[in-house]
Amino acid sequence: MTLDPQPRTDFPGEAAPAREPQPGEAEDAPAQRFERKGEPETQGHDVTVKGLRAFYGASEAVKGIDLDFHPNRVTAMIGPSGCGKSTLVRCINRMHEEIPGARAEGEVRLDELDVYGDDVDVVAVRRAIGMVFQKPNPFPTMSVFDNVAAGVRLSGGKADVKQVVERSLRGAGLWEEVKDRLNEPGIGLSGGQQQRLCIARTIAVEPEVIIMDEPCSALDPVATLRIEELIGELKRRYTIILVTHNMQQAARVADSTAFMLSGELVEVGQTEKMFTNPDDSRTEDYVSGKFG
Amino acid sequence: MTTLQAVSPRRRRTDRIARGLLLAGTIVALVPLVLVLYYLVKKGIGAWGIDFFTTDPSGRFFGDPGGIKSAIVGTVLIVALATAIAVPAGIGVALYLVEYGKKSTFANVVRYFVDVLTGVPSIVFGLFIYIVLVLGNVGGNFAGWKGSVALALLMLPVVTRASEVVLQLVPDSLREAALALGAPRWRVVARVVLPSALPGLVTGSLLAVARAAGETAPLLFTAFAVKATTLDLGTQMNSLPIQIFNDVRQAQDRLVERAWGAALTLVVMILLLTLIARLFQRRSRLT
Amino acid sequence: MEAATATTRGDRSVLERSPLARLPDRALRWGLTLLAGATLALIAYFIIRLYIEAKPAFDKFGVFGFTFDNNWDVSKGIFGAWPLVVGTLITSALALVIGVPVAVATAIYIVELCPRKLRQPLSMMVELLAAVPSVVYGLWAVFVVIPKLLPAEKWFADTFSFIPWIGGGTVAGPNYFIGGLVLAIMILPIVSAISREVVATVPVEQKEAALALGATRWEMIRMAVLPYSRAGITGASMLGLGRAIGETIAVTLVIGNAPQIGNHLFAQGYTLAAVIANEFGEAASNHLHRAALIAAGLVLFVLTLVVNGLARAFVIRAERKQGTRIAPEGAGA
Repeated sequence: MTLDPQPRTDFPGEAAPAREPQPGEAEDAPAQRFERKGEPETQGHDVTVKGLRAFYGASEAVKGIDLDFHPNRVTAMIGPSGCGKSTLVRCINRMHEEIPGARAEGEVRLDELDVYGDDVDVVAVRRAIGMVFQKPNPFPTMSVFDNVAAGVRLSGGKADVKQVVERSLRGAGLWEEVKDRLNEPGIGLSGGQQQRLCIARTIAVEPEVIIMDEPCSALDPVATLRIEELIGELKRRYTIILVTHNMQQAARVADSTAFMLSGELVEVGQTEKMFTNPDDSRTEDYVSGKFG
Repeated sequence: MTTLQAVSPRRRRTDRIARGLLLAGTIVALVPLVLVLYYLVKKGIGAWGIDFFTTDPSGRFFGDPGGIKSAIVGTVLIVALATAIAVPAGIGVALYLVEYGKKSTFANVVRYFVDVLTGVPSIVFGLFIYIVLVLGNVGGNFAGWKGSVALALLMLPVVTRASEVVLQLVPDSLREAALALGAPRWRVVARVVLPSALPGLVTGSLLAVARAAGETAPLLFTAFAVKATTLDLGTQMNSLPIQIFNDVRQAQDRLVERAWGAALTLVVMILLLTLIARLFQRRSRLT
Repeated sequence: MEAATATTRGDRSVLERSPLARLPDRALRWGLTLLAGATLALIAYFIIRLYIEAKPAFDKFGVFGFTFDNNWDVSKGIFGAWPLVVGTLITSALALVIGVPVAVATAIYIVELCPRKLRQPLSMMVELLAAVPSVVYGLWAVFVVIPKLLPAEKWFADTFSFIPWIGGGTVAGPNYFIGGLVLAIMILPIVSAISREVVATVPVEQKEAALALGATRWEMIRMAVLPYSRAGITGASMLGLGRAIGETIAVTLVIGNAPQIGNHLFAQGYTLAAVIANEFGEAASNHLHRAALIAAGLVLFVLTLVVNGLARAFVIRAERKQGTRIAPEGAGA
């Protein structure tokens, strides 16, 4: 658990996640079921963003944001198109700076470590903070097996690659479907399967945090549902940051939700509160569909 | 507390070495360019002079070898005629492909064969013209205009390909707007398509001219070579590439010196053409 | 009633154009179609005429005899073109071995690694290599490269004399290696330009996938860029090969023009294109010799057709995969 030295707008006064199931409590409505999937499996890592500003050339897309992503929780980022939520999360795993002319200022801490520190290797950061993209992007010239193994092979083959691949595919809920097709091209799978393949590829390198940037927007509803179930599972081992433009998805999957508008953080809090009784009127307008 | 998994020194080293090699490869690629230009200027400037440009090669092995006047005149005339043949024809074929043929089978066959033409070695063009025009004794033996035809064959696919790209860049909405106003197709082509594509077409044509100006092989057995300046394209004519080629093969000091001077002249001409072509490219609103 | 009469002019509706007004359109259309068709006819005519003139040589030696006999002896009137074919293949292969890695390195460096401001100038400089005419490369190679490289070549041949074909043997001034080197320089611009296009169109999401896994820059290039660009780079190399096979003037000045199969890297040789350029003068009167040279031209033509055909297939495959049209040679040269 992290100690908050400053008052924050998320869990006021609480140090523990608010939704542990009480013994004897009845089964909840389906909309809440993802949050109840039991205790964290691994001690999670938290991400703390402090005073983050991000620029594309001269234009400022993220205007000074403080935000905390709690361990073993799913935090959703919502907001209208162009509000800066994708830019923000890309600053966390330092992908933002890959865009020509783009830069970021401020602090992003993975536990105690500032990933923008002077002697921090960006390559190591990206291994620790994984990313799943909006459009599934398996490597087209590689088989299913090679795709999952791709990241692992980068750092040398100390681990038994086959074991890691199977473990990762199971972790992504894809093993049964592809175990007989491991040598087939990765792009031969369906859209939903490809995205789970990308998730398997990401968890194969054992990151601490997984960023998912609108992972279901290119998928059909059935595939979306499977991935949402998977997210509920994954949070037991990782800290998940989920960018989504689908508010119902945030309501189904996320423990806390942060609402951004025009590069600023408007409000962040427990998901249920954000959607039923938010503090800020702008949040209220957005979640009730008045704009965006 | 997080400690990031360190990136192994081996990986870092591989990354550095690989990037170094890629940079080295790029430098290696540019070394010949620098060297060629350097030696051209160093050895060629010495040959330049008023006499150099105003006298013909004397053909004398010893003593004054003369200048390159006939070569320059010949190149200008032969290439000019080649351009007059190839550019209208090339743009015409491109117009057909873009405006009328489009994706039809016939058009695709034409495209394929134009592609084939780009790969034909320049000496084969010369051979072909030799067979058809020289052996066939069409209007005499060797002649400047036959060299022009050989060069035109070489330029044709280049102009066609480049023009096709440019013409395709003219937005269909422009054509449709004109057609919707009731203009007949030929007017649309003449008044709308060609003018907007013009800078790009000029670029493509100038680059083809620059290429043709430097070609030797097509002229070897078509225009042949003479020493005296002549303005008559119906007779044998000298040209810069042929002059340089012959001088190099003779390998006698003063001739080699003249060869460097001629080479510098030729490269300057080509670079000027290329520069003008690129300037037109900047003015194009399409690319 | 009145509306109806207003829409006719004489016995023609106002909506129809007069046949005369439609003439320019049809003239233009048919004129251009004819022109395009003439291009096709030209190529067919090409091949036919070449074959007809080459026939005496094929009649005397047979098509296979001509192409594969290892004996090109002008004085005796025997024309077996095999040494020429081998020489062409050797110099072109050398050009690929030396030129393609450098060209691809340039392409990758310019697209992926170099500072943005340098991209345009560097690209332009590589393309300038194409502006130098073949005869100027020949001039430079004969009087600068050959003398300057001779000591190094001798050292190389001595030090590596245990490697068959590379080492041992006397180093001639003009030789296969210099021929291959000059050809490599000449194919650099075309291979690099097309490779650059191919590498530049690798989808950014592939590269991001690799980077997000924690790959170094080189690892990203190896994982995402190179596999994707394979087909296109192969096509570019084959186009370079086609160019190298047909190159005449620079090669004939530096290969030594010896109608034999040189038995090591630094030996003299001959190529199909070079023999035509060299011997055409003296062959004017000798009917058989001339036919043999034209036959050599035909073999050369067919060879380039095959290689370029394959090259186009690869480039088209790469274009299809990436959904773009890769720049034609004309625009770059």
